[in-house]
Amino acid sequence: MKSMFIRSAAALAVATAFALPATVLAATPKDTLVVTWAIDDIITMDPAEAFEISAGEVMGNSYDRLLRYDVNDPSKLVADVATKWSVSADGKTYTFELRPGVKFASGNALSAEDVVYSLQRAVILDKTPAFILTQFGLTKDNVKDKIKQTGPLTLTMETDQSYAPTFVYNCLTANIASIVDKKLLMSKEASGDMGYGWLKTNYAGSGPMKLREWRANEVIALERNDNYYGEKSKLARVIYRHVKEAATQRLMLEKGDADIARNLQPQDLEALASNKDIKTTATPKGTVWYFSLNQKNPILAKPEVREAFKWLIDYDAIGATMIKNIGIVHQNFLPVGLLGASTDKPYKLDVDKAKALLAKAGYPNGFKITMDMRTTQPIQGMTEAFQQTAKRAGIDIEILPGDGKQTLTKYRARQHDIYIGAWGADYWDPHTNADTFARNPSNADDAKSKPLAWRNAWDIPEMTKKADAAVLERDANKRRVMYTELQAEHRRVGPFVMIGQQIETAAIRSDIQGFKIGPTSDATYMFKVTK
Amino acid sequence: MVQSLPAKSGGARFVGALKSGVNFLGVILLTYLGLLAVTFFIGRVMPIDPVLAIVGDRAPEHVVQRVREELGLNKPLYTQFYIYLKKIATGDFGTSVLTSNPVMTDIKRTFPATIELATLGIIIGAGLGIPLGVWAAVRRGGMVDQIVRVMGLIGYSVPIFWLGLMGLVLFYAKLGWIAGPGRIDVSYEYSVTLVSGFLLLDTARQGQWDAFRNVLSHLILPAGLLGYFSLAYISRMTRSFMLNELAQEYVIAARAKGLSETRIIWRHALRNAMVPLVTVVALSYAGLLEGSVLTETVFAWPGLGLYITNSLQNADMNAVLGGTIVVGSIFIGLNLLSDLLYKLLDPRTRIR
Repeated sequence: MKSMFIRSAAALAVATAFALPATVLAATPKDTLVVTWAIDDIITMDPAEAFEISAGEVMGNSYDRLLRYDVNDPSKLVADVATKWSVSADGKTYTFELRPGVKFASGNALSAEDVVYSLQRAVILDKTPAFILTQFGLTKDNVKDKIKQTGPLTLTMETDQSYAPTFVYNCLTANIASIVDKKLLMSKEASGDMGYGWLKTNYAGSGPMKLREWRANEVIALERNDNYYGEKSKLARVIYRHVKEAATQRLMLEKGDADIARNLQPQDLEALASNKDIKTTATPKGTVWYFSLNQKNPILAKPEVREAFKWLIDYDAIGATMIKNIGIVHQNFLPVGLLGASTDKPYKLDVDKAKALLAKAGYPNGFKITMDMRTTQPIQGMTEAFQQTAKRAGIDIEILPGDGKQTLTKYRARQHDIYIGAWGADYWDPHTNADTFARNPSNADDAKSKPLAWRNAWDIPEMTKKADAAVLERDANKRRVMYTELQAEHRRVGPFVMIGQQIETAAIRSDIQGFKIGPTSDATYMFKVTK
Repeated sequence: MVQSLPAKSGGARFVGALKSGVNFLGVILLTYLGLLAVTFFIGRVMPIDPVLAIVGDRAPEHVVQRVREELGLNKPLYTQFYIYLKKIATGDFGTSVLTSNPVMTDIKRTFPATIELATLGIIIGAGLGIPLGVWAAVRRGGMVDQIVRVMGLIGYSVPIFWLGLMGLVLFYAKLGWIAGPGRIDVSYEYSVTLVSGFLLLDTARQGQWDAFRNVLSHLILPAGLLGYFSLAYISRMTRSFMLNELAQEYVIAARAKGLSETRIIWRHALRNAMVPLVTVVALSYAGLLEGSVLTETVFAWPGLGLYITNSLQNADMNAVLGGTIVVGSIFIGLNLLSDLLYKLLDPRTRIR
């Protein structure tokens, strides 16, 4: 009798537990924003080296630069530390005039000397993102002559060719052009490393927020910089907590232990749609998803086979399920938002057309081929969907699953047949993607530069010339047309099957105002958030 | 009484002790060397380019080549291994490329989080698992035996990942009894000074009882889960060891002598079952200390398991090797400890 009572009481307790809404709401401190995010990609906090997504956001919030792009209209430039900028008549000398009275978080004054030092330092250290600056012909040996201080608040920069000014300015909005505190870094210098060893885990900037702490795979803490020249951050603190698991992020957000969740899956976002305490915000990012066909494989090198693949993807189904809320179907190498990006979508699933093309290429019954896939969503879902549709044209795809770094290693060595990947814009200018998708200066195995076109052994001297011309076109409208044409040709003949463009969606608690995800990671501004 | 054996001279005894000491050290050194060699070569033949983790996918070719040279990756494997060993001998475990910290600094930071979790887990697991196992053995086929069996079965077959999430949904999200993922609430994050890295100890020593309660409430669910999983194993093993002992003749003799059943079970049978059980508990503990990657993922627990896994996926070999040494040391240490306990528990193995 008694035990039966206990048993039914326990059953009742469990049942009510699931039925009742959460009663006790945890809350984060009023002046602190808590963000759950996978931040295990960060390897450094030095803007001369940081090139990872989450590091980019920290840099964008904590370092000033000469210029920024307008987050509401990314094709427009806005002043940051530079108040005036201009280019000489021959298009090779750029002049910048700085805002007076700017101070670093350390209290040191920010002058043209710091800006010159920062840009030179990035070129001399020559870490991964340095190519954004060195592509203007800057090298370790000449940078001290090419970037010069001309007054306390003025400086000039010389480029080797007369590039499109938009291209040069756009590149200067990137993290690599962040301004670092020369005096502070010099005091931390060890054996002439320009403070590189120290800055990996420290901070020397002047931005709206300052970096208090980065504990790898655990937490990033940003604090308001009271020395900031502009409007000060409303929040005293922003804490990024490393939470890898999407379901855990969702629980913490629902419970109020987090204000913003950054890595939710489509099904989490769907479930949260009915929760009135939580809203979502989304922005198209500069990242595109694509399949690529290695031209070293004689089957894939046939133009008809390349085209057939483009008709074998169920774009609508992918858009409606796998990338719902996190992406849109997009068939061009330039993501929407960049100058000249095309939104044309000529391809759809058409098995008969694909079959006819395959027959023309000499494979009426299809063929067998491998595809390297990173075991992560939505990559996995898209690959499996493609495997199904390709089968209908007789193409038998053997999926080789692997970890991200593993498939990438193989891809970089040109050992794949088909690869599925994502590519994000490195800086906010169309050349960033044209440079990799539509340029291949040398297809040799030991080429100096190894863009995506090289990785797929696509030898395109003509298209490379067209891409080179586009980056030198100083008339913005003409430049736009050149990119539109480049995309059309690329879409038709390229070994890349462009599938979609990423949309980054975050779920936020409804008491948070002013949070907007930027098109690039360095333009998600936490200092504009209130709660 | 006549001494049957002549007493060994002091010198001979010393030489004997020295010999076994040297032997012992030799075995340990060889174990470490083997462990390192295997990990090192597996790491190097893994189809992941370690340079990629450092410079990323976008680096220009000359940067890739430069870093490859800096890391010494263009040298033959045995040279690389030799250089690594030489560095270790001087106490330099290298720098993790992912965190930019010396590997030992990282381990000092992540390991306490795991130790705290694992220790509480094993206390729960052994503290409940042994009595339950004894009980199940004594009442073989009874209610408790069935419950232990079912619990063991669930413990083996249900993924900890799922159970962890369900636990969070129920106790954290719905009932609000416990705190959520992570080790401590953000509000306490910067008020506690880390001294030992063990948050329970640090908060208690600083008299921050609010924070202490918060830490405990973060700890209880993941520790309870790990405890449950080791309980499932430990109780099954205890049961079978106890059944074995209870069938022995000395138990019949004890019963014939008229000893109380309680005394027979807890003082006689369990003491004998304890000898193999010590190894079971020690190895379970070592398993937990190695870091339960899935638990650490679900609970966003910044522990050693997550650290090593993440390093492995990025071919961050210094970190992986450093972690391997630590995990190896745990196993060697706990094995030694259980050997010592054997001697304490089993008079036959004592050196006379």
